[in-house]
Amino acid sequence: MSVPRFWREIPQRYNLIGNKCEICSKVYFPPRESCPVCRRKSIGHIKDLKLSGKGEVFTYSIIHVSSGEFEEQVPYPIAIIKLDEGPMITAQIVDCDPDCVKIGMRVESTFRQIQQDGYTGALYYGYKFKKV
Amino acid sequence: MRDVAVIGVGLTKFGEIWDRSFRQLIVEAGSKAILDAGIEGKDIDAMYVGSMSSGRFIGQEHVGALVADASGFYNLHIPSTRVEGACASGGLAVRQGYLSVASGVNDIVVIGGIEKMNDVAGTSATETLATAADQEWEAFFGATFPGLYAFIATRHMHEYGTTKEQLAQVAVKNHANGALNPYAQYQKEIKLEHAINATMVAYPLGLLDCSPVTDGSAAVVLCSAERAKEFTDTPVKIIGAGQASDSLALHGRRDITTLDATVHAAQMAYKQAKVTSKDIQLAEVHDCFTIAEICAIEDLGFVKKGDGGKAIDNNITTRDGSQPVNTSGGLKAKGHPVGATGVAQIIEIVLQLQGRAEKRQIPDARIGLAHNVGGSGATCTVHIMEGM
Ligand SMILES: [Zn+2]
Repeated sequence: MSVPRFWREIPQRYNLIGNKCEICSKVYFPPRESCPVCRRKSIGHIKDLKLSGKGEVFTYSIIHVSSGEFEEQVPYPIAIIKLDEGPMITAQIVDCDPDCVKIGMRVESTFRQIQQDGYTGALYYGYKFKKV
Repeated sequence: MRDVAVIGVGLTKFGEIWDRSFRQLIVEAGSKAILDAGIEGKDIDAMYVGSMSSGRFIGQEHVGALVADASGFYNLHIPSTRVEGACASGGLAVRQGYLSVASGVNDIVVIGGIEKMNDVAGTSATETLATAADQEWEAFFGATFPGLYAFIATRHMHEYGTTKEQLAQVAVKNHANGALNPYAQYQKEIKLEHAINATMVAYPLGLLDCSPVTDGSAAVVLCSAERAKEFTDTPVKIIGAGQASDSLALHGRRDITTLDATVHAAQMAYKQAKVTSKDIQLAEVHDCFTIAEICAIEDLGFVKKGDGGKAIDNNITTRDGSQPVNTSGGLKAKGHPVGATGVAQIIEIVLQLQGRAEKRQIPDARIGLAHNVGGSGATCTVHIMEGM
């Protein structure tokens, strides 16, 4: 991954900045350019929103065969988490035995290293989640 | 819109084809289809090529022109277009070819699907397949392609009580079908306990829940239905051609265990064909993972949502069942050269409707369906076919 490509998404990945449609109140993560419910009416009415990072596991897996960047981390649990504000988000679950992850488990976000670029050595950071 | 028929089909052997190149594979499939249709190069109005990722698999883009060139048609200057929609690239190419004939712009088109996946290492193939997912918001955080279908499986088990054994039954059934298909990558049966206990890839999916990495190519010739009998006594009409899209990331979907793209593509195809799911006598569905076949038969309306796991015990999707699914062996056993898959599915249905499916033949089949999915469900095509 190129550094600028990562750098553009830092606000979302470091601080869970999503956005909210002021017309229908729906919250989006990652942020959207317009609201898919309100469409053109939402233009100019969709505002950044920092998410709480709290939510629960909606579904999960444990990855045993990964792509190259994650080979040193296997096996690792990963989940789709339903955030309390509404959006669903895909992230690793850390600080627990892989087998402890269950549907409905309360989790919160934590700032971690996600991957290391083997070629440039660049470190990429972002959110993971841990059990509350 | 006018009626369109399939008048010729061609397949290569699927598998790890070390001694054959991308060009050789698609020329073989295309030549077979053209000979089967009894046409020649000058009859072809247009070509469409489905390929997911020739750029990453063999370092070659611009494969529409490449295929026209390799086929020896460069000097006929036939328009040739590459179509991409991840693992649905083949189905999309068929639909583009179909629309061009249905519209009256073209009379005869050749559609090829191709992927040459084994020229890169396994890890690299995994990464390339993950490009069908959302790179920024799924793959970046460590989600693999099997991992996304594992998300669907875990939730399906939670909501509907689907079991790991039911997943394994899909693999066992499709391998039993593949054992009868001379073009399949795996032509041998597997045992239920092996499927249940296979090495874990992405919990709850093991190695035998996953389709393999495959080289292969498939091609079909389409023609306006009014001219089809000039070329063959047994043309197969495409009576419905649906396509739909959904959010790229799985976590953006309305419901994690429903592929709304399948639901919508199927509705479009059923409506056009003036049939319902009950009229479908057999189907090739996109079983890139065992859970995907379970969701497909639910979303296509063969069984009620949540009942997909019971379809084998209830004798619905087996070869002697009420609606046989993946008689070819499916992606699971026949193999999954991603760009070729959607075209190869059409071919299995055509062979069945023409009575040419040999040991896999379903007696008296008249109406069949092919269902091709891209990514974790962001793209879907559904084609319904009927013997003429
Ligand atoms: Zn809105």
